[in-house]
Amino acid sequence: MFALVDCNSCYASCEQIFRPDLRNKPIVVLSNNDGCIIARSRQAKALGIPDLHPYFKIKHLIKRHRVEVFSSNFRLYGDISQRVMDTLMHFSPNIEIYSIDEMFLDLDGIDLPLEGYGQKMKAILWQQVKMPVSVGIAPSKTLAKLANYASKNIPKCQGVCLLDNPEKWQWLMKRVPVTKIWGVGSRIGKRLTEHSIHTAWDLASSNPKTMRRHFSVCLERTVEELNGTTCLDLEDNPPDKKQIYCSRSFGNKPSELDPLLQAISLYACRATEKLRAQQHLVSTIHIFIHTSPHQPNYYSNSAVVKLPYPTDDSRMIVAKAKQAVRKLYRPGYKYLKSGIGLIDIMSKQHCQPDFFQPPQEKTADALMATLDNINQRYGSGSAFLAGEGIRERWPMHQQHRSPCYTTDWNDLPTITT
Amino acid sequence: MEISPLSITNEPPILLLPLFGAAVRAGFPSPADDFVETPLDIREHLIKHPSATFFARAEGDSMTGFGIFNGDLLIVDRALQPQHGDVVIAAIDGELTCKILDLHEQLLRAGNSRYAPIQLNDYAELLIEGVVIHSIRYHRCSR
Repeated sequence: MFALVDCNSCYASCEQIFRPDLRNKPIVVLSNNDGCIIARSRQAKALGIPDLHPYFKIKHLIKRHRVEVFSSNFRLYGDISQRVMDTLMHFSPNIEIYSIDEMFLDLDGIDLPLEGYGQKMKAILWQQVKMPVSVGIAPSKTLAKLANYASKNIPKCQGVCLLDNPEKWQWLMKRVPVTKIWGVGSRIGKRLTEHSIHTAWDLASSNPKTMRRHFSVCLERTVEELNGTTCLDLEDNPPDKKQIYCSRSFGNKPSELDPLLQAISLYACRATEKLRAQQHLVSTIHIFIHTSPHQPNYYSNSAVVKLPYPTDDSRMIVAKAKQAVRKLYRPGYKYLKSGIGLIDIMSKQHCQPDFFQPPQEKTADALMATLDNINQRYGSGSAFLAGEGIRERWPMHQQHRSPCYTTDWNDLPTITT
Repeated sequence: MEISPLSITNEPPILLLPLFGAAVRAGFPSPADDFVETPLDIREHLIKHPSATFFARAEGDSMTGFGIFNGDLLIVDRALQPQHGDVVIAAIDGELTCKILDLHEQLLRAGNSRYAPIQLNDYAELLIEGVVIHSIRYHRCSR
């Protein structure tokens, strides 16, 4: 049996942990640079505040209902997520961190009534971390996801739903649209309607081989999983990223070339750091810049650059990225965003060097390793390329950021005695 | 966006220095070699439930009678069941405060006669948020 534990309105709930005064109030969390709504408390959802909506478009709603607004504070969310995971380790030795707010637990061998076990997880996480969660328990990961959906939407479940026999999940599947199933997006959902598959139950009772032929092996597995057969196991280590992107919006939309070059250098270094952490090399990069699509005179351009040899050398990648930005840049625009993607990456260990092209020099490996060591020991950003700029001149817009209650000594919650 | 949690559990131990007595090649082997132990880690003493523990800063003088002064660092454990006589963090109408829990009289007591006790039943919204297991004070004058 698997359990899926999902933090309810994760970021909003994190903001409420050290603010008991906000626990029953409408609050929202904004994306980087206070762009879009990315989390809403239950009360904010009830007010009809839409998810993933540009903030400026619904400011009136927020004002009228006195909704508390927060800029995203990922240091806080990361720490709380870690606490949730550490707490769940007491419930199963085998856990998969599916995302910052979702964890799968392997419950095989747990010889206790599982519904009560789920309730206990929920109660302990509330008591010890002050994180409200929903728990779905079922024989496959896909069904556990479905059970989790039910636990959130059926009040009688009280946040925990156990699907332990076919009658239960069949009853549920007949009432759930197929697009709510894990791995079935709106695009596949649309194509499924052509096959007269509308509910989860329609999919579960379809022929898996037909699904494989018309769609993919993944959908075939989904059908099997919906019938209680375990096809997907827990993944201990998340697979290495096939592409690494690093991009950000500017707070004060610059129009000169210089800040764009600095920004791309910084993002290139961040992305390359991640590349080295998973011991990969990159041979092709993707660079893009654009202005705000919400304003007239929209300009957007991108370039794909092939590198002379597969590399993880920040200096090389920064140089190529800057070259690209120089080509993409047009004066007279206010740029909103720039970024870099390392799009063709391969394992460093299994990399085949080109016979005619010398590979990266050994000294580069040593230098990069030293750079990473310094930054690991003395904190990220202790040593960096001068091109990244000594002081970030494009500060993030974070007007409503909460303190880093658990990760910064200067931000501890104060308690009146 | 980068997430760099500084969680209590995963931090590398600050105080742990391995004792390599055997690395001294010349001369008499250290008689302590057979007794190598890891040095004491203060966190082991202060924190029993890392993922349920948070730090806070005390502000005010209502707990001076129990040795908690303005500016002290409080270590708060949410995993402990509050007992009679515990120093607790309570949320009263959404405000966090630090008091002594008196379960016999159903009160929150201050450690300072200038502050009246708080009846637990007087507030619809009174929650015990955690137990203060330690408080830490910096004793040098200049800071």
